[in-house]
Amino acid sequence: MSNDTLTARRAFMSANDAVSYGVRLCRPEVIAAYPITPQTSVVEKLSEFIAGGEMDCQFINVESEHSAMAAVMGAAMMGCRTFTASSSQGLLYMCEMLHYVSGSRFPIVMMNANRTVAAPWNIFGDHRDSLAMRDAGWLQVYVENGQEALDAVIQAYKVAEDPAVRTPVMVCLDGFVLTHTYEVVSIPGQREVDAFLPPFVPGENVLDLANPRSLCISVAPEWQTEFRHQQQEAMAAARRAIAGADGDFAGVFGRRWGGMVEEYRCEDAEYVLMGLGSVMGTTRLVVDKLREEGLKVGLVKVRYFRPFPNEEIAALGRRVKGIGVIDRDVSFGNAGALYTEAKAALYSAGDASPHTVNFIAGLSGRDITKEHLETMYRKVIALTEGKAEREIQFAGLRWEEW
Amino acid sequence: MPKPTVSVFQYPRTREEMPRGPYAKAGVLVEANAGWRVFRPVIQTARCRKCQQCWLLCPDGAIDRTGECYTVDYNFCKGCGLCATECPAKAIAMVKEGAKGE
Amino acid sequence: MKVKDLSDSELLYGHKACPGCAAGTVARLILKVTGERTFLAYPASCLSTVTSIYPQMAFSVPSFTAPFPATGAVLSGMAAAVKAKKLQDVTVLGIAGDGGTADIGLQALSGVVERGDRIFYVCYDNEAYMNTGVQRSSLTPFGAATTTSPVAGSSAGKRGVKKNLFEILVAHRIPYCATASIAHTADFLNKVEKAKNTDGPSFIHVLAPCPTGWGFPSDQTMAVGRLAVETGLWFLAEYEQGRVKMNSVPRNFRPVEEYLGLQKRFRHLGPAERKLIEGQRDREWADMREKWGF
Repeated sequence: MSNDTLTARRAFMSANDAVSYGVRLCRPEVIAAYPITPQTSVVEKLSEFIAGGEMDCQFINVESEHSAMAAVMGAAMMGCRTFTASSSQGLLYMCEMLHYVSGSRFPIVMMNANRTVAAPWNIFGDHRDSLAMRDAGWLQVYVENGQEALDAVIQAYKVAEDPAVRTPVMVCLDGFVLTHTYEVVSIPGQREVDAFLPPFVPGENVLDLANPRSLCISVAPEWQTEFRHQQQEAMAAARRAIAGADGDFAGVFGRRWGGMVEEYRCEDAEYVLMGLGSVMGTTRLVVDKLREEGLKVGLVKVRYFRPFPNEEIAALGRRVKGIGVIDRDVSFGNAGALYTEAKAALYSAGDASPHTVNFIAGLSGRDITKEHLETMYRKVIALTEGKAEREIQFAGLRWEEW
Repeated sequence: MPKPTVSVFQYPRTREEMPRGPYAKAGVLVEANAGWRVFRPVIQTARCRKCQQCWLLCPDGAIDRTGECYTVDYNFCKGCGLCATECPAKAIAMVKEGAKGE
Repeated sequence: MKVKDLSDSELLYGHKACPGCAAGTVARLILKVTGERTFLAYPASCLSTVTSIYPQMAFSVPSFTAPFPATGAVLSGMAAAVKAKKLQDVTVLGIAGDGGTADIGLQALSGVVERGDRIFYVCYDNEAYMNTGVQRSSLTPFGAATTTSPVAGSSAGKRGVKKNLFEILVAHRIPYCATASIAHTADFLNKVEKAKNTDGPSFIHVLAPCPTGWGFPSDQTMAVGRLAVETGLWFLAEYEQGRVKMNSVPRNFRPVEEYLGLQKRFRHLGPAERKLIEGQRDREWADMREKWGF
């Protein structure tokens, strides 16, 4: 093993570099990737680690994202721990493979640099790419900063490879806002990571000369439902594994991220904003400011979109008066994906169900400013006080007052 | 004969018995293909020169060359007739299934 | 490779392919050469449908159904895993149809060959999408009737010629590639053995006549395969060490009618069209002679 030498230290780096260090610490045996902005520096860094002998890993320079996922699937099938990374058009190009991998139960970990989807062409961030892959059968975790990105990668392997889960995990980072933003990140020591994440032990869905099996086989309707139900059960098991991994991780590394969701100043909150990823960082500042004014506000950072934190959101719904959901995506003809799902979760809050409003914001890299966020809180408060608000609003639309 | 044979397959009875993910043990046969056949190849041992052509070319691998005489696995022969056509000694007759004397 | 030295164990057995299916013989003979230490990938194709529907598994080697476009890419991943796991004396094998190789799978094939991974890829060419019910592919020959190049109204079978897959592979400067015919079995087996032993990517394009899709009696598979070569409508060649070698150069071609006349898919062709096919053949051979000097 060539990367024994990595000892714990702090360094100034981009979230993409943080992901690269996280991956390196997890000792994947095969990586395959195809470049796409803003994911590229992850695979460049990993190539550098491998070329420099700092990682003992096979790197496959594939000719497309479809092939990237197919190649890591080929390696996973042979019992290897694997990694790939993509974004936007690339993620959509490998869509078929995402379903194939989850259906076949290979615990592959992928980083997705969230970027909008053409057309119009644009390389900047929003969540339409990964949310469009909502039904691909992968776990999806959205992170807020570089440190969480690094830690989420390590936890992702732990959860994905859990025998009760055996389902791939997508670690989602906001393009540019995170991927290319530098901050101080703690890199854990290799020895501690090795203790937290032992070598991958594949399940029985592995190509084995001593015990030949046929994988990814065809299954007639008579047995399909049972395999599908198994995937659903794996997602239920993932909820427990996510909490377990977060707790164990905190025990070793002293950082806890909250598992499925993280609540901030929600103990007595009456009005909350809910969202995914980096925007939650700015929202914290706005919460603090409004708290100083005496407003009972809080925020809920949804970390895992799959499995979805239905229970956590329903419980929140019983405590608060109004919820604004920020979506960096929109499912044209309906609402944002997070809003749709959160609202469904709130249905089981019963009569205590709070007022809800959906803010479509930060599309294709547009800034979500503190002023926008403050306006959102005030709109949520107004809504609970009986003022009419449109249920779905595009934040900061040029033709409208905001 | 080093080839799989039909066996009784025990389908999972509980969720615990389900394979985790769509895989199965290789070389497991739960049913034969015998019903596909209209004509069956009959090897006339006296004429057979053991040239191996039928064994080699059979799409189903249904011919066995290891014994004293070549034999056909009628569980898996589909009766395509390729062996009879390719036999240089004309040692294989295609006989209608259910015909008299068979 | 002597026939008597081939293994008696059948690593493909009990499949549901149509009677007389050449792909059955192709896959079964390849596995006799590569043996039990083979990791096999096959994409969605006739081969996947007839071998691997739960719980009947006709392959006895570790194998899997690959996504239709991805055979080359999964082979790359498997080859990387072979290195990572330091496995010795194994074959990473892909067997795909003409559509899975020359159409939807061409990009992944090009990728794996360009990277130089040690894999062995076989295209069994039955000249159309047979698994979905005989639709034309880029390897369907000129004039052939398929369900998407029908004979009706102004349409008279496929227009345009069969893509030259061999030359595509040669253009990659692949360490070893060959064309073959299942009816020329000794030649085919030699090529399979060479491909298996190639330290790098190797490729065989083998013509696999399809009784169902081409419209001939199931006992005529080998006869049709032989006629393809004897009429000059298919060729047997090898590319190694940067040179193309022809394995069979018929002194006189048999008339194309002998091949075309055996198959329903060409039945609609009149004398003018048959002449056209003959002309295409002669130009192809003149071209090959000039390029490869035989």
